[in-house]
Amino acid sequence: MAMAIRSLLIFLCIQSIAVPTFSLYEDQAGLMDWHQKYIGKVKHAVFQTQKTGRKRVLVSTEENVIASLDLRHGEIFWRHVLGTDDAIDGIDIAMGKYLITLSSEGSILRAWNLPDGQMWWESFLQGPSDSKSFLFVPTSSKADEDNTILVFGKGSLHAVSSIHGDIVWKVDFPDESFEVQEVIQHHDSNIIYVVGFVGSSQFDVYQINAKNGELLKHDSAAFDGGFSGEVSLVSKAKLVVLDAARSTLLTISFQKGEISFQKTYISDLVKGFSGMAMILPSKLTGLFAVKTITATTFISMSSEGQLEVVDKINHATVISDALSFSEDRQAFALVQHGDSDIHLNVKQNHDWSSDLLKERIKLNQQRGFVHRVFMNNYVRTDKSHGFRALIVMEDHSLLLLQQGEIVWSREDGLASVIGVTTSELPVEKEGVSVAKVEQNLFEWLKEHMLKVKGALMLASAEDLAAIKGMGLRSSEKSKMTRDHNGFRKLLIVLTKSGKLFALHTGDGRIVWSLLLNSLRQSEACENPTGINVYPWQVPHHHAMDENPSVLVVGRCKPSSDALGIFSFVDTYTGKELKSFGLDHSIAQVIQLPFTDSTEQHLHLLIDTSGQAHLYPRTPEAVAIFQLEFSNIYWYSVEADNGVIKGHGLKSNCDGEVANNYCFGSREVWSIVFPLETEKIITAITRKSNEVVHTQAKVVADQDVMYKYISKNLLFVATVSPKASGDIGSATPEESHLVVYVVDTVTGRILHRMNHHGSQGPVHAVFSENWIVYHHFSLRAHRYEMTVIEIYDQSRADNKDVWKIVLGKHNLTSPMSSYSRPGVTTKSQSYYFTQSVKAISVTSTAKGITSKHLLIGTIGDQVLAMDKRFFDPRRSLNPTQSEKEEGILPLTDSLPIIPQSYVTHALKVEGLRGIVTVPAKLESATLVFTHGVDLFFTRLAPSRTYDSLTEDFSYALLLITIVALLVAIFVTWVLSEKKDLSDKWR
Amino acid sequence: MDKGKAVMGSGRRWAVDFTDNSTLPSSRDIPDPPGFSRASQEQDDSAVAKQKKDAEANWKAQKAWEVAQAPFKNLLMMGFMMWMAGNTVHLFSIGITFSALWQPIGALQGVGKVFEPYKDSKVDLLVPKLVFIALNLGGLALGIWKLNTLGLLPTHASDWVSSLPPAKEVEYSRGGFPLL
Repeated sequence: MAMAIRSLLIFLCIQSIAVPTFSLYEDQAGLMDWHQKYIGKVKHAVFQTQKTGRKRVLVSTEENVIASLDLRHGEIFWRHVLGTDDAIDGIDIAMGKYLITLSSEGSILRAWNLPDGQMWWESFLQGPSDSKSFLFVPTSSKADEDNTILVFGKGSLHAVSSIHGDIVWKVDFPDESFEVQEVIQHHDSNIIYVVGFVGSSQFDVYQINAKNGELLKHDSAAFDGGFSGEVSLVSKAKLVVLDAARSTLLTISFQKGEISFQKTYISDLVKGFSGMAMILPSKLTGLFAVKTITATTFISMSSEGQLEVVDKINHATVISDALSFSEDRQAFALVQHGDSDIHLNVKQNHDWSSDLLKERIKLNQQRGFVHRVFMNNYVRTDKSHGFRALIVMEDHSLLLLQQGEIVWSREDGLASVIGVTTSELPVEKEGVSVAKVEQNLFEWLKEHMLKVKGALMLASAEDLAAIKGMGLRSSEKSKMTRDHNGFRKLLIVLTKSGKLFALHTGDGRIVWSLLLNSLRQSEACENPTGINVYPWQVPHHHAMDENPSVLVVGRCKPSSDALGIFSFVDTYTGKELKSFGLDHSIAQVIQLPFTDSTEQHLHLLIDTSGQAHLYPRTPEAVAIFQLEFSNIYWYSVEADNGVIKGHGLKSNCDGEVANNYCFGSREVWSIVFPLETEKIITAITRKSNEVVHTQAKVVADQDVMYKYISKNLLFVATVSPKASGDIGSATPEESHLVVYVVDTVTGRILHRMNHHGSQGPVHAVFSENWIVYHHFSLRAHRYEMTVIEIYDQSRADNKDVWKIVLGKHNLTSPMSSYSRPGVTTKSQSYYFTQSVKAISVTSTAKGITSKHLLIGTIGDQVLAMDKRFFDPRRSLNPTQSEKEEGILPLTDSLPIIPQSYVTHALKVEGLRGIVTVPAKLESATLVFTHGVDLFFTRLAPSRTYDSLTEDFSYALLLITIVALLVAIFVTWVLSEKKDLSDKWR
Repeated sequence: MDKGKAVMGSGRRWAVDFTDNSTLPSSRDIPDPPGFSRASQEQDDSAVAKQKKDAEANWKAQKAWEVAQAPFKNLLMMGFMMWMAGNTVHLFSIGITFSALWQPIGALQGVGKVFEPYKDSKVDLLVPKLVFIALNLGGLALGIWKLNTLGLLPTHASDWVSSLPPAKEVEYSRGGFPLL
């Protein structure tokens, strides 16, 4: 009996400690999570509208995506994300049924089936040298004919069959530095003209037989002034190019076997020209556009080669390639910016004065300038020609314009997120109208009655669908106010284009978006880029009447010594509060753990010369900062020199006069890695806002271990320089991976471990007192994950109960790195079958809930793994007490449980980062994953132990209570009656 | 308790007196058997009552002892139950342990009441009471011991430090790779 009970109880126990997974039921997908698909900034677009059926546009983007979009709604038919190093150089349609893409600097050519996006063939092109690449798909009148595709890449010209991707012929040019600019093939002619430059001053023309690739003729001519690159093919025998000084237009005619140059000074054509000019890349006939600082000038060329200015436009202007819409008629689109709208003009090539189409389109100011325009035509019902234009805006969004209206728009800037932070929503205020409440009450009742039906299994299929639908578009989750559990927040997302988006965590909709003016091109800043976004002001005391704000940090140029830019944005209204340029560069942004009286976070910015600048620039901030001045340090990791340096602060800036907000640095320590043997590849630290609940870890038999919890630790991984390349480039003997844990205040190395025969890339996560990192073991030919846990030895003696009860311990006394506390580390490695793109860890409000690792896998999914799998105290045969503690038996590889993919059936294409944000509810954590796609979900690593689940039926509970009360009353009445009748007897 | 009350309330229903009163005064010639004292005979009715009282006191003392020893059986049963429950924390073992703790505490609170029926000037209740208390304390000790074996007593350092927040750090240091 006892045995039976015990075994039952042990079984129950095991049940309760079994590893929880995030598995969902099918109908729960989409309740807490949302997923958005993007493609990125469009580089090329080809329309496929000839045939009847679904009209589509095929695009390639800067995120290396090729996609087929529905021309009616802008939805994605299919999409492929190529690797990060597989940039697309050109796309085109061949034979009316394949999409041809050239990528990886002209070395990979692929054909994709148009309707479904299946890859048809793939060929790898090889050549002698790296060069510009170029895709040329000759148009043929007969679609069935075996078209050859001409590809210039890797220094040679390839002709590839478009049916099966075989290389028909290949031409290596005698001069290796020959750069092809244009490939010209006339209709029904077998001769291909290849024109290009050798070096900067020699112009070459090759004539090639299109059938067999035979070199027929080679002409060459040199020009003293040199060329500057951009070429505009104006007619079939004439090119226009700028000279090296960019002040002279050069017309080159080459067809008749001889090459002649004709010089025209831009200043002769354009009055008041000075500086540099640029030829706008376009494929127009008889016309080209020259852009100068002040204006865009359109210049036409007569057949004799006479240049003539046709128009000069002072606004920002973009032109499309020419489109032949009927026999011998070519048109192009011209987009100009007005004050708050854009003008779309479609003109014929030879007739500048008249417009085929003139439209004025109202545009949201938050999109900036038009960057690219692609044009397409259609035949209206009255047989006239209509035009539609696909425009790519400054914020990377994609719009389709037709008949003076925006047919659809896509916010593809969100495909390139560079910074994420969160902001609370406004607090709910009083004053909800009565009518709304009544309606809500009615709906609430209806909803709950449906739920009751569902719970009692009385619901029909229709009702079930209604219940699911209610969950999906629950108004509760997309409200614009703060909720009790902290699930509703704003995700403030900074994109590469300099546009800031606020996404609602409930349904992922864009609450507001703002194209930051300070991150747009201007005279002060030529090419500004955003760096990151930080929470600036988070009001707690005045949450009702003050709005939180974020700080966007950018710099003027992509180089590190460029001056910085600050911009402050109100997160409720989405308005820029103020912005200014800094007088120093930005190498580091350090968020200090102090706030001033208005709850602005203090930030310390380190410039490239090592000076520290304090923001906000108020005397109060300086006063707060001065209090902790001597305890603030910063460190820099210089991967190129193999040095990590720690710095303290000095009270004065070097060489700066009377600036109270600038502080100098003094070097405190440095760790120099020998460059011949070690190269720094990873350095990570703990998240500065991570909350840890306790410093003690209770192990088996009520023993206690004290975690070494310090925010000043840095995990550094170095590899041998030979092993810093791809996997397989080094032998196990010559590769080693060394990991260090460094105290960044004193520079003390707390832990060092050498993995022989291992190499990077290393992805790591640091939380509490542990680090988990992922690397490749060349010896085992497998990926490994290793965990390091750090324990404090100086506190380990605190084991006497009475001393602790009476408070005679050193556990709460402040900890200083200079006291050099003794530490012990424990470490263990496991095999892991997948390669990893990012690792993150769940974070909760109080840090009580157990942690899960979130691993972004190579398949663009997010896998959640319990931290208990990464416990260095795991052993093959854990003792009974260890089992009770929850230690899993050691296995050599980590199990991947399919149900624990938090992205369930979805993929976050091009996954780059995983951000976790604690909710107010301790058991819950919010996870935002970004890449080309966005994915958001809510996790409960230890299940929702502190709240009822969302599908809990309150109505059922209420009904049960009411029913019980009624039953009690009825039985009471009945028993009273019976008593009375008994007494009368 | 109910039984005790019933005894106390109605007293005895009947009694047989074996002393033969008829022959008492006349047959004085026959000497009394050695050791026989006539003095008691003289006390007549009052003596009977006293005897009655004595017997009752005896009975009360006996009952008080029984009551005092009752927790012992309880103790054995509790021990058996605890053994059954095992050493892991779950509903069953916690229920048993808490009942093992509650029972002695309840009994100790009601010591006076338990021995109320046996209160008698002639009966010395102190010793049974002490025994009763001792046994109950034993039960309590058993309960606490069980609580300890279940690990529910804060007797280890880990029980006191597990909710201790991490110590504050004096220094603050941040940094990393230069931002790109």
